[in-house]
Amino acid sequence: MSKDINEDIKWAKINEDVLRSMENPRKGYWLAIAGCLFLLAFAVVAEIYQYNVGMGPANLNWPHMWDLYIATFIFWIGMSHSGTLLSAILHIIHADWRKPIYRFAEAMTTFTLMTAGLFPIIHIGRLWNMYWVLPYFSDRGIWPNFRSPLVWDAFAISTYLTSSALFLYMGSIPDLAICRDSAKGWRKKLYTVLSLGWRGDDRQWRHFRKAYLLMACFLIPLAVSVHSIVSSDFAVSIMPGWHVTTFPPYFVAGALYSGCAAIITLFIMLRYFFRFEDYMTIPILEKTCKLTFAIAMVWTYLNIIEFSSVWYGHDPIAKELLLAKFTGPYAPYFWAMIFLGSVLPFTLAFEKLRRNIPAMMVVSLLLNLGMWLERWMIVTPTLSLAYSPAAHDVMWPSWVQWFIVLGSFGWFGLLFLIFVKIIPSVSMYEVKEMIFHRRHMAKKDIAEVMHRRATDKKPASETPGLEGA
Amino acid sequence: MSLSNILEDWSRYRKDREDGGFHDYEHMWGMAIDLNKCIGCNACSVACYAENNLPVVGREKFSKGQAMHWMRIERYWDEPDLGDDRISEFNQHGANFIPMNCQQCNAATCEPVCPVAATYHTPDGLNAQVYNRCIGSRYCSNNCPYRLRFFNFYSYYEDAWPAPLEMQLNPDLSVRDKGVMEKCTFCVQRIRSVKDKAKMDNRPVADGEAMPACAQTCPTSAIVFGDLLKHYDPDTNAPETKVTKMWRAHQVELGKPRQNKQNPELRGYRVFEGLNTDPCVMFLERVREV
Repeated sequence: MSKDINEDIKWAKINEDVLRSMENPRKGYWLAIAGCLFLLAFAVVAEIYQYNVGMGPANLNWPHMWDLYIATFIFWIGMSHSGTLLSAILHIIHADWRKPIYRFAEAMTTFTLMTAGLFPIIHIGRLWNMYWVLPYFSDRGIWPNFRSPLVWDAFAISTYLTSSALFLYMGSIPDLAICRDSAKGWRKKLYTVLSLGWRGDDRQWRHFRKAYLLMACFLIPLAVSVHSIVSSDFAVSIMPGWHVTTFPPYFVAGALYSGCAAIITLFIMLRYFFRFEDYMTIPILEKTCKLTFAIAMVWTYLNIIEFSSVWYGHDPIAKELLLAKFTGPYAPYFWAMIFLGSVLPFTLAFEKLRRNIPAMMVVSLLLNLGMWLERWMIVTPTLSLAYSPAAHDVMWPSWVQWFIVLGSFGWFGLLFLIFVKIIPSVSMYEVKEMIFHRRHMAKKDIAEVMHRRATDKKPASETPGLEGA
Repeated sequence: MSLSNILEDWSRYRKDREDGGFHDYEHMWGMAIDLNKCIGCNACSVACYAENNLPVVGREKFSKGQAMHWMRIERYWDEPDLGDDRISEFNQHGANFIPMNCQQCNAATCEPVCPVAATYHTPDGLNAQVYNRCIGSRYCSNNCPYRLRFFNFYSYYEDAWPAPLEMQLNPDLSVRDKGVMEKCTFCVQRIRSVKDKAKMDNRPVADGEAMPACAQTCPTSAIVFGDLLKHYDPDTNAPETKVTKMWRAHQVELGKPRQNKQNPELRGYRVFEGLNTDPCVMFLERVREV
């Protein structure tokens, strides 16, 4: 088996390689920025139109009160979860292969949340009154309705956004200090402020480790609860197809799934554009692919549970809806979702395909398309076919909705492109850590030192002298 | 705004929640709709448009499903190709009609999901919608099994009433702007004025005094409206309301997900009551001869 990372890389080279990725952008970068702005412009035009005219031109109707906006909202929220998976869960279980790739995944978490947070605002009818869902102190003593899942959403998402942004920033302080030491001009000033006086002494590292671990432990239950709460937007209702007990784990599995697929996409893009072949290696890609495959199977399993519990539950309306999903007007999208979500991930099971980068790029994009379809298939068929037969209706979204959905990708891309030039997208200090551990853990006597607890007795004949410890 | 104010607000809020979000009921307005009498003429719907300033959205928006009919007549045809001659024979008798307006559920599914509590239960037993508070998240409509909530997808008022039609708008209630959810209120403006009048005269509201536009207009008097809390009171000798009498006669009771009827021939039922929404509208099933 090949190694996750070349253990002979010099640390100066790591700094050099990563800092190079933040230097003056090349032409492709500006083209990408222009592309994102172009997409975003579509959304801005559509949103201005919708703001002035109302929700009508979006082809929302009675009974299709929610449509692509909510579906895409769940999609983006979902994507945010794997950043936390990589940076927090894999951190506390000491899976060190996450180290070269967690930084951009964590950034993805923050930016997808910033994208997702826009959708509830875009979708409500009177967005200028959005702040009413927050429990601010009003002179009139009016509170939001704490029983509503939408209010839980507002709390959950703002908490998650704050903590994941903090986590991203905190985790990159040592790297920002490296940037500070090598930057010039205005960037030096910026990183001086951002690195918060990091000198890398023992005390700082000790506090940093503790704070980082604490944040990681705080984020894990938070991430799980956020998507469970988003799922309760549906599970709390009484509508067939939404009123499903397995929705919280189903949503969390779907979230991790689409997030892992997005990590593969960004992994490949960063590896290619920034020449990160030394850090984002094929074995790490393989590990991510295996993780995605496992989650895909969990997701498939939960899908089967959902369908069979509806089938054997003998609720006639829920059953009718399920059959309509299989055969009705949305059936092509439904089967596309099943194919992309449950069949396509089997490509990840083959080593030959996993090692083929262009194939993985295509597969990861298609997996995310499947997950987007999944969210759409959760939201829309229920609306078109619920209890009242008088309100059975099929409505396709109009250009306004499509423009805003497309624009959200532009917005996310823009944020991410700005990020890669400001914060190192590979965590330099953690790659060094990883190499250090890999290099020295193989030697028994050093491993013993590393694993010794503070209370254990020290042998007298010990000399430290580990490089950069 | 002081701290004590805040705490007071909070405790008042908590108390209301513990009490179920509403106070003791003064009234419980309800309906009984006899489908034997309904001829599907849509007069109730038209009356509702006139009374409640409902915008006429035009053909294009109507076909897109963006109409605002608080009171709608649903038509159901017996399926001709079920292989049963008897059923196809019904088709020659025409459609089945059912007028659907907000069922004013006592356990309304729309109420708990509103993020800003724009829809809530009043002491009148009405499921009220506060337009000014509504932010348009539209969750209430999604969670209404009857799909009886309508959203202002446009600023309909801008061209729903070209001059001089705006002169016929009802001044007793507002015209709604875009981004707001609305639905049947049982003509709350009429109930309000009747209650005010009775209070000034220092007497209880009489049966039949409050009358929504649909009930008033129905040519066959298929819709009976009244207070479901007014039973016969031996102390004051106050009579039972007509609607209570009908509910009792058909052995339909509030607060039950399934009615326990002694006589299965009785026609009264409530739509989707198995969902435990506890609607305040009782329908009397249509009887058709073969």
